[in-house]
Amino acid sequence: MFRNVAELVELAESQDIPISEVMIRQEVEVSGKSREVVINQMRENLKVMRAAVERGISENVRSVSGLTGGDAVKLQEYIKKGNFLSSDVLLDAVSKAVATNEVNAAMGTICATPTAGAAGVVPGVLFGLEAKLNPTEDAMIGYLFASGAFGFVVANNASISGAAGGCQAEVGSATGMAAAALVELAGGTPSQSAEAMAIALKNMLGLVCDPVAGLVEVPCVKRNAMGASNAVVAADMALAGITSRIPCDEVIDAMYKIGQTMPEALRETAQGGLAATPTGRELEAKIFGVSLDKK
Amino acid sequence: MKYRTVFDIIGPIMIGPSSSHTAGAARIGRVARTLFAEKPDRADIYFYGSFAKTYRGHGTDVAIVGGILDFDTFDSRITNALTIAKDEKIDIHFHEEEALTDHPNTAKVVLTKGEVTIELVGISIGGGKIEIIELNGFQLKLSGNHPAILVVHNDRYGVIAGVSNVLAKHEINIGHMEVSRKEKGKEALMVIEVDQNVPNTILKELESLPNIVKVTKIHD
Repeated sequence: MFRNVAELVELAESQDIPISEVMIRQEVEVSGKSREVVINQMRENLKVMRAAVERGISENVRSVSGLTGGDAVKLQEYIKKGNFLSSDVLLDAVSKAVATNEVNAAMGTICATPTAGAAGVVPGVLFGLEAKLNPTEDAMIGYLFASGAFGFVVANNASISGAAGGCQAEVGSATGMAAAALVELAGGTPSQSAEAMAIALKNMLGLVCDPVAGLVEVPCVKRNAMGASNAVVAADMALAGITSRIPCDEVIDAMYKIGQTMPEALRETAQGGLAATPTGRELEAKIFGVSLDKK
Repeated sequence: MKYRTVFDIIGPIMIGPSSSHTAGAARIGRVARTLFAEKPDRADIYFYGSFAKTYRGHGTDVAIVGGILDFDTFDSRITNALTIAKDEKIDIHFHEEEALTDHPNTAKVVLTKGEVTIELVGISIGGGKIEIIELNGFQLKLSGNHPAILVVHNDRYGVIAGVSNVLAKHEINIGHMEVSRKEKGKEALMVIEVDQNVPNTILKELESLPNIVKVTKIHD
């Protein structure tokens, strides 16, 4: 069983197999399930992710609180007009990350990756790059195992929970996972995946978890968007041969330690950051104050 | 290792918006329903901490009622759980508690049907994972990191041996086990953490043993 990214990369490279295959083999061993069952379970997750993305980019979803919804559709319309600044692939990934998180906020069906609040990044990147890379369904399932492998390391050595480690642990982890898995999907090496994870996570360090009214909506939806774009850029950097001066495992460890020293007000308590701004407080009163009065 | 399987990272499939406030709540409700083993007439739900403050926005209320209706975390009927409960004539009452608890996401579920009642306290520890910390006044210690089964039984000699024999026969390894009882000879509870998922067929086999009242699993 791999305990860190260095071991994960070593396992893959010494056996000349992709990261995803290391994860599949470990899962088969740990769960006692057959390879077919394990792969089909991931196929189900992929289906749920695709359905959430498709719903988010086509329907005008709205959350219960009314704080979020409809932005993925706006981005799709914007891409269609063709007059964008970054790139269609990047914006498509961003819109699909937003789509998933809007569906999540609207109490739709999603697959937590690694959590519900960060569920947009990994599928956003995958489906955003689908038209360009044209992967088989098996390759897409492999992408999910590869991102799961990196998430597994973060979850066991640091944290994937906003309440425990801030948003860097939640959207940050998802960003690193997506970057690493995208490298594999695009034909990069296991060590390039690790570099992409390190580069992506480095750029999410210190990210606080400050949900307005304590709800997984503001700023979560837009942070998933930025996570997706960050992941694509980090994957490109790694594929270009750029390495992280700080090794991936040390970045993960730094993230964990930052999370531990982060004040509680900035860890999903809705006491600090954006939640504590005048507008944040106003929205909170509007959402809960009014409904409390009506009780 | 806190997480054992890739499906803790990529998964669960669930109704949004929060793995802890929605999926976890649904699982707490569902464990209560499974242990109760039938449709209750009334459910009293007590929310503490963050659950008490943000349950409406997170749909924690509909999620936990969805669980009480025996829906899984991904069942889309969860969003209509309050209406469905009404249609099924389950009287639902929410209570927002001020009391401080050890964990910010704590819920107590009391299910009632006639004279029969069950009281369960659960916490949602993140990523959709839950721990049951109290059942009918029994304090439990469940890490939530391993598959676990709960066995409600009568406090008689040989019951524990019977359960462990069945698990041994199916090559299921016990990692941690606790037995507690309120009074000698009365109702007792076994909490067994195992290394792998226990299929429903084995749960049924355990339930058919003498002096076993109810068997359920908390984590896959």
